[in-house]
Amino acid sequence: MVEALILPLVKIVIVLVAVLVTVMYIVLLERKVQAWVQVRLGPMRVGPHGILQPLADVLKLFVKEDITPARADKWVFTAAPIIVLVPALIAFAVIPFAGDLTLFGLTIPGRIADVNVGLLYVISVAGIGIYGIILGGWSSNSKWALLGSLRSSAQLISYEIAVTMTLVTVIMLAGTLSMVGIVQAQLAKGWWFGFMQPVAFFIYFVGALAETNRAPFDLPEAEQELVAGFHTEYSGMRFAFYFLAEYANMIVVSTVATTLFLGGWLAPFPNVSWLSFLGLVPGWAWFMLKTFGFLYAFLWVRATFPRYRYDQLMRLGWKWLIPLAILNVVVTGLLKVLV
Amino acid sequence: MAEAVAFYICAALILGFGALVITAKSTVHSVLYLVADFLCVAALYVMLQAPFLAVIQVMVYAGGIVVLYLFVVMLVNLKRPPEAHSDPRRLGRLGVAMAAAVLVEFAAIFALGWAKPASAGGALSPNNVEQIGRALYTDYLIPFEVASVLLLVAMIGAIVLAKREL
Repeated sequence: MVEALILPLVKIVIVLVAVLVTVMYIVLLERKVQAWVQVRLGPMRVGPHGILQPLADVLKLFVKEDITPARADKWVFTAAPIIVLVPALIAFAVIPFAGDLTLFGLTIPGRIADVNVGLLYVISVAGIGIYGIILGGWSSNSKWALLGSLRSSAQLISYEIAVTMTLVTVIMLAGTLSMVGIVQAQLAKGWWFGFMQPVAFFIYFVGALAETNRAPFDLPEAEQELVAGFHTEYSGMRFAFYFLAEYANMIVVSTVATTLFLGGWLAPFPNVSWLSFLGLVPGWAWFMLKTFGFLYAFLWVRATFPRYRYDQLMRLGWKWLIPLAILNVVVTGLLKVLV
Repeated sequence: MAEAVAFYICAALILGFGALVITAKSTVHSVLYLVADFLCVAALYVMLQAPFLAVIQVMVYAGGIVVLYLFVVMLVNLKRPPEAHSDPRRLGRLGVAMAAAVLVEFAAIFALGWAKPASAGGALSPNNVEQIGRALYTDYLIPFEVASVLLLVAMIGAIVLAKREL
């Protein structure tokens, strides 16, 4: 009873709360990091150094007026933000946040579920999220929103191919689709897959930026051309859902990257004896540290690179990343057979 | 018991969404009901201990193919029902013929005993990704390769049709 029902429920609540709090503070961190890069201070007013700014933002979004445009398709307009947010949150179900923990004599697996098709589950759930973007743009009955959503979905579909190809190489190395199995394979090989597959890691990173609509691939919300992209007509809580989903997706791709390429909850350098004290840090702390590092890279890239043009984006995706990813699969297969 | 309840809930949802797909006024809505229908079918696969098929169902059908339907439906924007055929009774006749064909198919399945549970190598292990892979690449290698060549031909055909001046 405890292990079958209550434990997963507690873990689901913990993960949801952790994700929502992380989203709130990643937004603050993003503003701060960008401010520091541009030699500004960033939010300073609410609380010391603006530390309570996220609470003020959330309060503002809650009390803002929620407008549905005239002649919008009301049902679809309401459903679209939910369709975006739910897949972003349920993807966390298979992420292994830690190894097995023992608490009060009870062995607690550090994840909500370990399905043996975990990685495919993440990919397929991410595919459902595209509907929210297309439908949000279509149902608002506005040309900017429609064009933004078409761009956005074209971008997502294009980069999904390259990203999935890099995941194939990881699956080939690990020999399993289970997220826990992939981490254990890295433990067994003694190498994180990020070092064995630097090309795949790089393509995954670029694809992850594109799939989460982040700079330099934030074309769907190119302000100069499309106002705000697919969520132009959204306001209040429904806009907050899109916002939340975007940042939750950033966390999803960061946790997946940590699991696949950076050894998940494993401590670094297990075979260097004078660094063995690193093993004292609990696994979930390593996991959070690596995820945070990946998230920081997102913010850093946003503050550094200018936005791509639409044709450049498509050329990069189809003519460089996808062929490179396929070549990487072939080379990995050959090495696996030969070595 | 719990499994039976879950099955009947899923089956009811599948039939309900299926009915909504063909009765919805707006084409975009009926595409959405189709997605919901596919997701419920995926839930059925999970109940049958086939998580791989369930995930592939979501990825390929709900996530891939229907997105393309949605694009076509959204961009073509069918404001009025198509009146391609002048004879109003043609659709009715077509419907009766197709229903009869399905009925004959069901009858044949029951009569010829194809409805027996498949005996594919005993009990399924929980890790049936490997089993599916092995079956596809050994026993069913030729159909698998033929299907892939067919898909390739369809892809090239689509490109040739779409880009007139290559």
